[in-house]
Amino acid sequence: MSTLAIDKAGPRRKVKYGSMKSDRAWALRWSYFFLVVFAIFSLTPPLYMLITSLKSSAEISAATNPWWVFHPTLSNYIELLTSNQFLRFFWNSAIVSVVVVAITMLISVPAAFALARMRFWGSATLATGVFLTYLIPDSLLFIPLFKMLATVQEWTGIPLLNRWYVLLFIYPTLTVPFCTWIMIGYFASIPKELDEAAIIDGASWFQTLTRIFIPVALPGLIAATIFAFTVSWAQFLYPLVFTTSTDQLVMPVGIITSLIKGDVFNWGQIMTGALLGAAPPLIIYAFLMDYYIAGLTAGATKG
Amino acid sequence: MADVVVEQGRLARSAGTRKRASLHHALKRKSTVAFLMTLPLILLIALLVLYPAFYSVHLATLNKSMQKFVGFGNFTFLFKRETFWMVVRQSCLFAITAVVFKALIGFIVAHFVHNIPAKGQRKWRGMLLVPWVIPPAMSTLAWLWLFDPSYSAFNYTLSYFGIGPIPWLGEAGWARFSVILVNVWYGAPFFMIMYLAALKSVPEQLYEAAAIDGANWFQRIWYVTLPMMRNIIAITTLFSLIVTFANFDIVRILTSGGPLDQTHIFATWAFRVGIESSDIPLGASVSLFMVPILAIAAIFILRDINKRGNEA
Amino acid sequence: MAEVNLRKVVKRYDDVEAVRGIDLDIADHEFVVLVGPSGCGKSTTLRMIAGLEDITDGDIMIGGDVVNDVPPKDRDIAMVFQNYALYPHMTVAENMSFGLRLKHYPKAEIKSRVTEAARMLDITDLIDRKPKQLSGGQRQRVAMGRAIVRNPKVFLFDEPLSNLDAKLRVQMRIEIKKVHQKVRTTTVYVTHDQVEAMTLADRVVVMNKGRIEQIGTPNELYHKPATRFVAGFIGSPAMNFIPCRLEEASGRLNIRLTDRLSFPLPPARAARYRNVPRDDRLLMGIRPEHLTEPRAPEPGIETFESVLDVTEPMGMETLVYFTLEGSQICGRVSPGAGASDGSPMRLAVDLNNMHLLNEGTGVVL
Repeated sequence: MSTLAIDKAGPRRKVKYGSMKSDRAWALRWSYFFLVVFAIFSLTPPLYMLITSLKSSAEISAATNPWWVFHPTLSNYIELLTSNQFLRFFWNSAIVSVVVVAITMLISVPAAFALARMRFWGSATLATGVFLTYLIPDSLLFIPLFKMLATVQEWTGIPLLNRWYVLLFIYPTLTVPFCTWIMIGYFASIPKELDEAAIIDGASWFQTLTRIFIPVALPGLIAATIFAFTVSWAQFLYPLVFTTSTDQLVMPVGIITSLIKGDVFNWGQIMTGALLGAAPPLIIYAFLMDYYIAGLTAGATKG
Repeated sequence: MADVVVEQGRLARSAGTRKRASLHHALKRKSTVAFLMTLPLILLIALLVLYPAFYSVHLATLNKSMQKFVGFGNFTFLFKRETFWMVVRQSCLFAITAVVFKALIGFIVAHFVHNIPAKGQRKWRGMLLVPWVIPPAMSTLAWLWLFDPSYSAFNYTLSYFGIGPIPWLGEAGWARFSVILVNVWYGAPFFMIMYLAALKSVPEQLYEAAAIDGANWFQRIWYVTLPMMRNIIAITTLFSLIVTFANFDIVRILTSGGPLDQTHIFATWAFRVGIESSDIPLGASVSLFMVPILAIAAIFILRDINKRGNEA
Repeated sequence: MAEVNLRKVVKRYDDVEAVRGIDLDIADHEFVVLVGPSGCGKSTTLRMIAGLEDITDGDIMIGGDVVNDVPPKDRDIAMVFQNYALYPHMTVAENMSFGLRLKHYPKAEIKSRVTEAARMLDITDLIDRKPKQLSGGQRQRVAMGRAIVRNPKVFLFDEPLSNLDAKLRVQMRIEIKKVHQKVRTTTVYVTHDQVEAMTLADRVVVMNKGRIEQIGTPNELYHKPATRFVAGFIGSPAMNFIPCRLEEASGRLNIRLTDRLSFPLPPARAARYRNVPRDDRLLMGIRPEHLTEPRAPEPGIETFESVLDVTEPMGMETLVYFTLEGSQICGRVSPGAGASDGSPMRLAVDLNNMHLLNEGTGVVL
């Protein structure tokens, strides 16, 4: 009886140990399998953009295997990159995004410094308010903003509607609150003694900001810059509402309104345009992925 | 003895007031500097966020030509329209379904990424986040092309299995499915990244302790992972709920609300009514219906974020 | 270089009084250590001298000038922080010269001062490294270097050694003392570690609950503590306090510890305690080093026997613990004295070095 029990205990333990090991191997295999499935799901649209962009109109309308390019051609790229209209969209997008990034940083970095370090009356409420502002979506504001712009244009005679530069004032409402919020988090994580040391060394508040805080919080600053740029580059609703003439359009709206002519879809060119429009954020992401992700997760983890 | 104490007290007090005055001055200076540094932020928020928000309430009470005050007229008009109720239903269905699937897929994928050896994780994470990086207006164009009625690459593939052709965007049920699918495709990576960051912050010893206590993988997730990630899950979900509920790009480009307004959500219908049909007050009224849901989500997010702060 | 004077300095946060009226005069070239448990107000006092905290009441003078409303940068002070507070994006040289560069000193002057300070602290080889590439002790040296190059009127140290391991702490303690001997700058040093205080200071200021308990040289504090707090705080292991009372028997003054244990006081002590009211609640304070195995008999040394609870061999000595009337008493005996756990031992108490305290007021009589 007792020997039987011991016999039983021996192999059972061994089997269990072995099964745990193979469990782990199987778990790993399943993980890779599902990761491949999800990666295909994630990458299908951008890959399909690339495939289509390399096809001629003839090949597309011939309805051959859509997943393969039989006669690759760069004609779509050549056509778009030599089209003044398309270059105009690209240029508008670039200048709007770059200027918005600059405005955003000029507003949010000093504000974040003041809110993180120089306690003053109402500063805590203001910090919370900044975060709440970030939660107000563009789709709530586009109608009153449209009407406001129209009214101001009427009063002052300054053309605002259908002008790309109006986006320079509107986009910061999307970028500044979040950038301020994450910069508050980054600044707050700098030890208090560091600014005390700077003050004793004779630095003014402004010098503490420019010579200590900005260099030390540089990763946060890069993350905020990337965020501001990608948001400005991707914004679709505001330019769709506020601009209409083809010379005033930015990339996303330009591609959709100018390349889709009525019911005629030139898919080769649309996909080429979409890919070129997606290129700047993708390139930034490829080189600065860690900063990109840091900025993404900062909103919730740096509270 | 007592006199001396009183005397000292009085001296101290007079010295105190003198000092407080100059101290007050210094404080005032510091807070003035701080206020000036935040002034552009305050102006921006006040002029271009808060003012338009309240202005849209005002707009919602005017008639179409914006000449006459009609009170709740726009709202009572909306309540009587079948399309409005369809938009309400579709918005809720769209937001809730999409967020649930984003959260689930994000959670599962994050676990798979967390499972594999650390040195390969960066590569996979990099690939899986691509949908979030592409401007949604651009990627939705690719989906539009994938869903194309005559050249759909999906239908081409499915025909090999004898399925289809599926009217991806042509029929109400499929169109609703498609807009949700694209939204899930776009938003799931965000959840994945947030969860992955949270998973990394759970100390390995907790899992080892749970394993020694005899917990299986499901119990480890249920009793260790989920409680540790509770806050991140809550914040991410609420945040995504706001963004999804207010979504515009995907539905606008994919279906423009069609077929027969059956995929409209608040943002796209507000655009249709307010901008395309030039009835600004009615458009403002439509978009204002987002406020209650956004406000509730915002309150819960704020509560969770404050809780995080207190824990730390 | 200059003296520092505090006159009735008070610091109040909302309704908490962190510092309750401190008077302190620090002479030129002096090295003063503020010591006390956490929350005693020592760091707040230092930060008020630095100008990092506003003072609620009183006056602070540096070099004879009242600096109450002078911002830190104009007080001509330098400070070394507990976590070093080195600027992480600057090299060692840049860290050290930051203050001078802000004041637009000539380049050559900056360079010579940095080189000189680096040489003094033995960090010349590290001058181009970033703080991240330095060990704890090296960072500590850089932080000191940053203070030295400024050539300020006063050095302020805020628990500078607390983040170092025990061995490095001893080494840096010596380093700080050497630097002070060379530059002779007036120094205020805050620590919670009484060993650091005793080894570094010209004078030690013992603080408790926002007040100064006692100011004195290390020897004065050790031999003539003014209060129970100081007596208990200075010295390790801490002084034993045993409830006792004074008795007059056949014209001599005795000290009675228990029903069975009483010792005649030596003449000098007896004379000192003659006028202490007999019914006051008293404590006998006796340091472990005055509670040993019996050695050569001397006047004032009395012996008694007790059962040891625990012994702790330390190598050069053995700490023995026993219980007397419910309180745990510590003694220090030679390793060869044959002390072992649970066994009785004969012990000698040196009454020439005892203290008598009023239990109610905590004053040493």
